[in-house]
Amino acid sequence: MNRRPVFLLTVLAFGFAFFYVPILSMIIYSFNRSRLATVWGGFSLDWYGKLFHNRQIIDAALLSLEIALVSATLATILGTMAGIALARFRHFRGRTLFSGFITAPLIMPEVITGISMLMLFILMANWIGWPEKRGFMTVTIAHITFSMTYVATIVQARLSSTDHSVEEAAMDLGAKPWQVLRDVTLPIIAPAIGSGWLLALTISLDDVVISSFTTGPGSTTLPILIWSKVKLGVTPDINALASLIILIVTVAVIAAGVIMARADRKREADIQRAIKDNG
Amino acid sequence: MMERALPPSRFGQWFNTSGWRTIIIAAPYLWLTAFFFLPFLIVLAISLASNAGTSPPFQFAAEAPYVHADNFRRLISDDLFFRAYIASILNAGLTTALCLLIGYPMALALTRFSRSVRNILLMLVILPFWTSFLLRIYAWIGLMGANSWFNKGLTALYNLITPDAYALRFIPMMNTSFAVVLVMVYCYLPFMILPLYANLEKLDMTLNEAAMDLGSRPFQVFKDVTLPLSVPGIIAGGLLVFIPASGELVIPSLVGNSSTPLIGRVISDQFSYARDWPMAAAVAIALLVLLVGPMMAYTHFESRAQRRPGDDA
Repeated sequence: MNRRPVFLLTVLAFGFAFFYVPILSMIIYSFNRSRLATVWGGFSLDWYGKLFHNRQIIDAALLSLEIALVSATLATILGTMAGIALARFRHFRGRTLFSGFITAPLIMPEVITGISMLMLFILMANWIGWPEKRGFMTVTIAHITFSMTYVATIVQARLSSTDHSVEEAAMDLGAKPWQVLRDVTLPIIAPAIGSGWLLALTISLDDVVISSFTTGPGSTTLPILIWSKVKLGVTPDINALASLIILIVTVAVIAAGVIMARADRKREADIQRAIKDNG
Repeated sequence: MMERALPPSRFGQWFNTSGWRTIIIAAPYLWLTAFFFLPFLIVLAISLASNAGTSPPFQFAAEAPYVHADNFRRLISDDLFFRAYIASILNAGLTTALCLLIGYPMALALTRFSRSVRNILLMLVILPFWTSFLLRIYAWIGLMGANSWFNKGLTALYNLITPDAYALRFIPMMNTSFAVVLVMVYCYLPFMILPLYANLEKLDMTLNEAAMDLGSRPFQVFKDVTLPLSVPGIIAGGLLVFIPASGELVIPSLVGNSSTPLIGRVISDQFSYARDWPMAAAVAIALLVLLVGPMMAYTHFESRAQRRPGDDA
């Protein structure tokens, strides 16, 4: 049997070209000396140099990073709680509604999430005088709300796939409940918490629709700034900024992939060794 | 919905009697009630009110029942809204179909490699998904412009095969519906490939071999064995593309044609430019009504997949 028909390989090759040609073209043009973004005028690193002197871009990047770090951390705490609640507590009042709250934001069209939060913030400002102005605080709240559901889903999946008899065993051996939580449950879900935090960080850094609804004057995140610049057309400084972001993300994703692959191999080797020792 | 029959747990019981259980449930519950459920109820309520010059710009009717469905009537009677709906559904449907056409063979091809090669290829599929959504759109804007090497190359190719009378100086790609679908397929393709791959990877290759041994031709094996078994993957991938695509705001705003507004744009414009909150809310609720079927299908599918892992293999 032909395991790799020519047709499948052709589509795969075209698919990867489709994924990467636009990105590679953009990276190449970021080294373009010409001010015209589409005409090649020789190699240059000027646009990268100018990037680090552009106050507007640096401020927006710092604001985005701040929002991402705060929202990812709080979303991880709340999301982990929600994941534990769904995976370990079978009965509590409003459980069905709660699990609906966890799934719905994941698949809600962003424009609806954004507009409903903006309406809430405006009405709250009218009724109770808070939030006084929209910006860091309101965007962070919005980001926590949608990213905590991602964390909850990841933590819940991890807990559901592990037998809670491990926790039972620890209790039988005399561990106090908080010791079980600290020494058994949390280490089990630690990888899920870690990847949840990373995902929350990425989503927050990438979000443009919900941020642009919930922010206010003077608080421009990097994606909002890029969006408004891109509306005006292709410019070499955005090419440089984009290439830089893609470089950072690529290095991070490959590093994470290598670390995880190594951990997988180590675990398999450990299992093999354990089997051999016992046999 | 997600209830599962677990044996009683002493660990769980300890949480019941200590205050921890209450805190662990209440903190995320209250947060989502305040910042997800309450905003949703507000949108629902405002969609039943009238536009007004007050601040905030809406007013409920003065007498019982205080609400009316005028905004929803306008959704059907006003051409703008109706056309935006149809255009958005067609757009999302076309995007989903194209993602499936490209993504299915790609996912199937991925399963035909050894584990180590497969992991590298899979990483190459996921990598564009981690890089910024906005920058992926931006990359295509660079390619589609009239003066780009890509457009020039396509134009030369086009002029080569068509009579001189129809020769073009460039191919108009930017600000067209074609551009919207192209970029949406580009951005959403990983959402189709990943669930399809997860499904196809679990299929038992011995079934294919058995069918071959019994004399089936490769295409017959695909049609009668692989395709029926991959329906769960097709549905999951299709919904993951269709649902966000139907409300997409950024892609049409950057590469689309402003004379055919899509529903995401209509919601945002009604709110920001027309300052008609009730109408924006009504359009949003109507979009949700349209999506509630696909959304419930997706959650149903997800919870079933979680409950019986490997059942579809």
